[in-house]
Amino acid sequence: MSFIPGQPVSTVVQRIEIHKLRDGDNVILGFSIGGGIDQDPSQNPFSEDKTDKGIYVTRVSKGGPAEVAGLRMGDRIMQVNGWDMTMVTHDQARKKLTKKNEDVVRLLVTRKTLEDAVRQSMMQH
Amino acid sequence: MDTESTYSGYSYYSGRSRGSHRHGERSRDRHKSRSKESSRSEKSVTINAPPAEPLLGEQSVRGEEVQDDNWGETTTAVTGTSEHSLSQEDIVRISKDLDDSVGLDCKRYLNVALSVILGLVVLLTPLAFLILPHLLWPDRLRACGTACEGLFISVAFKLLILLLAVWALFFRPPRAGLPRIFVFRALLATLVLLFVLSYWLFYGVRILDSQDEDYQGIVQYAVSLVDALLFIHYLAIVLLELRQLQPFFSLCVTRSTDGATQHYNLGQLSIQRAAVVILENYYKDFPVHNPAMLTASKSRAAKHLAGLKVYNVDGPGGNNAAAGIAQSQSRAMIAAAARRRDSSHNELYYEEAEHERRVRKRRARLVVAVEEAFTHICRMQEEEQKKASGDVMDPREAAQAIFPSMARALQKYLRTTRQQHLHSMESIQQHLAFCITNNMTPKAFLESYLTTGPTLQYGKDRWLARQWTLISEASVTSGLNDGTIFLLKCIDFSLVVTTKKIPYIQLAEEFIDPKSHKFVLRLQSETSV
Repeated sequence: MSFIPGQPVSTVVQRIEIHKLRDGDNVILGFSIGGGIDQDPSQNPFSEDKTDKGIYVTRVSKGGPAEVAGLRMGDRIMQVNGWDMTMVTHDQARKKLTKKNEDVVRLLVTRKTLEDAVRQSMMQH
Repeated sequence: MDTESTYSGYSYYSGRSRGSHRHGERSRDRHKSRSKESSRSEKSVTINAPPAEPLLGEQSVRGEEVQDDNWGETTTAVTGTSEHSLSQEDIVRISKDLDDSVGLDCKRYLNVALSVILGLVVLLTPLAFLILPHLLWPDRLRACGTACEGLFISVAFKLLILLLAVWALFFRPPRAGLPRIFVFRALLATLVLLFVLSYWLFYGVRILDSQDEDYQGIVQYAVSLVDALLFIHYLAIVLLELRQLQPFFSLCVTRSTDGATQHYNLGQLSIQRAAVVILENYYKDFPVHNPAMLTASKSRAAKHLAGLKVYNVDGPGGNNAAAGIAQSQSRAMIAAAARRRDSSHNELYYEEAEHERRVRKRRARLVVAVEEAFTHICRMQEEEQKKASGDVMDPREAAQAIFPSMARALQKYLRTTRQQHLHSMESIQQHLAFCITNNMTPKAFLESYLTTGPTLQYGKDRWLARQWTLISEASVTSGLNDGTIFLLKCIDFSLVVTTKKIPYIQLAEEFIDPKSHKFVLRLQSETSV
């Protein structure tokens, strides 16, 4: 997940599909995000590289749609419904996730264990 | 017991003033027991027969070892209580008086005489230059015009300024007597002498011999002499006064007996001048030298060696074995001392804790006694003084009136902190009168007894530091250098002085534009979606 400016980022990602839960007029996904290019990356507890300004999942509410779909705390969100999440501000990220007319959000998330698992499986062959 | 009377006079008097004879006897008994302790070590002198070991080393020719078992009976002990005894302090005082009276006054008077003669010569030379033509060939002299007479005024005022300047710089009471000549002064005196001589030479050859008629030229010559003398005086100020003002060296001064240390920043001085500056500061910066405080460590050191005695079981082995015996014995002693379980650190710890407690207790009693004594005295106002109602006292009588109530507590405190030889009863009463006159609080009165002050605070006879000797490997007129070490020795202790150069400071500059102070908020917000 190292970020070299100007180079394409290549990571192992996992597709997660979250179905929004409608609670009256509120639509919730069941997790919290932190990070963004306008935020302070050094306070991010989940990132390996403390200059990483990506959007991270900071909390997953128990039993919510996100946990059901397989989202874990500490995941970094790379794409939401095709919209890029690697170079967005915190507010832009929030807006992309909470569009009122969408019921399903398809995320591409990455975490460290994914890469380790892929590498392990590659070594076994 | 005549030696005891001078020291017990204080306590004896206080015993008498309290009206109890028993107390006076008790304090004298305490004195007697003290003289046996090491705190009065300067009073009793014990001479023992020397131990057998070094004698063997010298007389290596003798084959047999002679051990004198009767040495205990032939020991001579001289204590301070014998009839015609002189205590150590008396001896020191007598020798000091002798030194003071003989003095090196001839050296000082010689210096003063030489400088006065030089000053007179310098002062009278321009006047002589101006007057001599009028005396020797007045008829051939061309009359002095206005410009020339204007020069007379200038000569007069410059001479006056020179006179005042020389008086201000050179005719001050001397601070100290230096062992060697003061190099800069000698150089300047030589320079002035050569200068004046060369002017006289020129004058004598070109003007007196040829009997020059141009008086204006002669007057201008005299004016140039006075100008040059003023410039030499400027040189003297720079060399003698200004050059050493800029700090260049940092001197670390340590007292050899108790390790009290001070640091001074001095400029480029010769060693003897630096020594004078250090001694002037010693009297105000260092706490007074108290020999009674050093006896504890000496007794501890004696106890370390006293427990071990080396026996030579095999007997002497020959001529050059004597030195070998001494060496091996000392090595054996060191090894044994290292191996045995020494509990003297334990004793030291408890002794110091006990002493601390005792001092604090006595101090508390003293403070309370003094505060209570001070409440008995009340200052009378001017109006009340007019209607004098009997018992009116001046400060000295008031001090004598309240002194007995605090005398005992003060005496006990001074004894515990081993300061009793620094203060006489007279000096305490004087200080009390002084404090009463100046409206000082009891705390202000006690301050000079609770803490040891600098040497200047006490009377001259308590200083134990009057005659100083400068001991140095480099010549004392050479300048200070990084790493110069010299000693200032007094009779009882010495001051060790080491020199270090003050580092060269390279300052760099950084400019910060006041408009460049800008700040941003760093957030880390968390949003639930």
